[in-house]
Amino acid sequence: MDKKIKATEEQLAYANILELGMKAGLLMLIVTFIVYLSGLLPPHVPVKDLPMYWSMPVKKYLAAAHIHPGWSWLFMIGKGDFLNFVGIAFLAGVTILCYMRIIPIFFRKKDRVYGILAIIEVLILVLAASGILKSGGH
Amino acid sequence: MRGSAALILFLTIFLLALSITGYAVASTDAASATAVAASSNVPWWVWPLVLFVVTFLMGIVAVLGGVGGGVLFVPIISGFFPFHLDFVRGAGLLVALAGALAAGPGLLKKNMADLRLALPVGVIASACAIVGAMLGLALPTNIVQTALGAAILGIVGIMMIAKKSVYPEVKKPDALSTALRINGIYYEPSSDHEVSWQIHRTPQGLATFIIIGVMAGMFGLGAGWANVPVLNLMMGAPLKVSVATSKFLLSITDTSAAWIYVNNGAVLPMMVVPSIIGIMLGSIVGVRILAKTKPAAVRYIVIVILLFSGARALLKGLGI
Repeated sequence: MDKKIKATEEQLAYANILELGMKAGLLMLIVTFIVYLSGLLPPHVPVKDLPMYWSMPVKKYLAAAHIHPGWSWLFMIGKGDFLNFVGIAFLAGVTILCYMRIIPIFFRKKDRVYGILAIIEVLILVLAASGILKSGGH
Repeated sequence: MRGSAALILFLTIFLLALSITGYAVASTDAASATAVAASSNVPWWVWPLVLFVVTFLMGIVAVLGGVGGGVLFVPIISGFFPFHLDFVRGAGLLVALAGALAAGPGLLKKNMADLRLALPVGVIASACAIVGAMLGLALPTNIVQTALGAAILGIVGIMMIAKKSVYPEVKKPDALSTALRINGIYYEPSSDHEVSWQIHRTPQGLATFIIIGVMAGMFGLGAGWANVPVLNLMMGAPLKVSVATSKFLLSITDTSAAWIYVNNGAVLPMMVVPSIIGIMLGSIVGVRILAKTKPAAVRYIVIVILLFSGARALLKGLGI
């Protein structure tokens, strides 16, 4: 009996990108956090002030710490705390890359329904990542 | 014997750590303002350090109890730490996401998680998780906290009542799953045979993922507690395929919700990174313990912890 029942081509392609991305993302997360803790790059919010902020609702915290939500962290990656968002965003973006990899495979195999489903999934995740969707806040 | 002693020891430490943090916060959370003041009294590094220790132990307990880290993280951390629920939910989603991303490649390569099953479910769950995340950030904290408490108590009910079926009987696949060719085959090493599977009640299952997606996004809980019963009991996927596909599915659902929290500023690296590292290291240790001993009692301990945290969230939300 063949004990190795092979996963489909698209499933293996997805898994390979996911594995690579997950490892790279975790490494980024750890390295940037060490930089943050070491104080090599001064944080936007001093670490000793954090207890003052982490008990606040997010809207209040953003206003008090003068932070703009969305992708504005990209302009603050020179700050130790915001540098961590590189790893966080990468981890949150890996799935999008995985889907983009398997779309052409589905269409090559003439599996149009799944190709379209994968495109819809990419659009959903890109919409979530875009920062267009803002919460009303409380 | 030595394994059991070690198990009892770490569970004792876990409960002790919870009690200490719970006491520290309980003495302060009469009002949110005093909570801020009290949490400012201890050096800033104490909370991330305690968070790391607690999430490490949580990682062990989650593996031994057969639950996802996310479902323990949000109720425990929001109940016993001074962090606001907004940040706890953001961190909870990233914790569940990191765990799912780490497990995903192995599960897909072994053909345990099934992409054809996960893909249509993922589209619905991830879209609804966005709605849930936006709702969760827009609603007043006390309402979300009350709903979280009720949800946790509901999850306890599901854990106690829901049965599992290793190989559910699917006499005839439904038209939708046939059209989408959702079926598969995997190798079962315990019995040395190939297991073919197919599913039924696909439309009902997909509809249920609307609710699961919203709840995952709103509470940042992960959703394995709901994914598995729906995939296994409702749709008829074998238990191993359901568990593996559920874990993989979290990487899709939680990605969309996590972005909403990131883009709305509800992510604090000082909370997120120690939590992710803590729970991942704990999971590694948990898997090693699991290989040596089968502590059935841990599942009951998990249920008690969830019951306690759920009740606490409910009471906090109701202002009692």
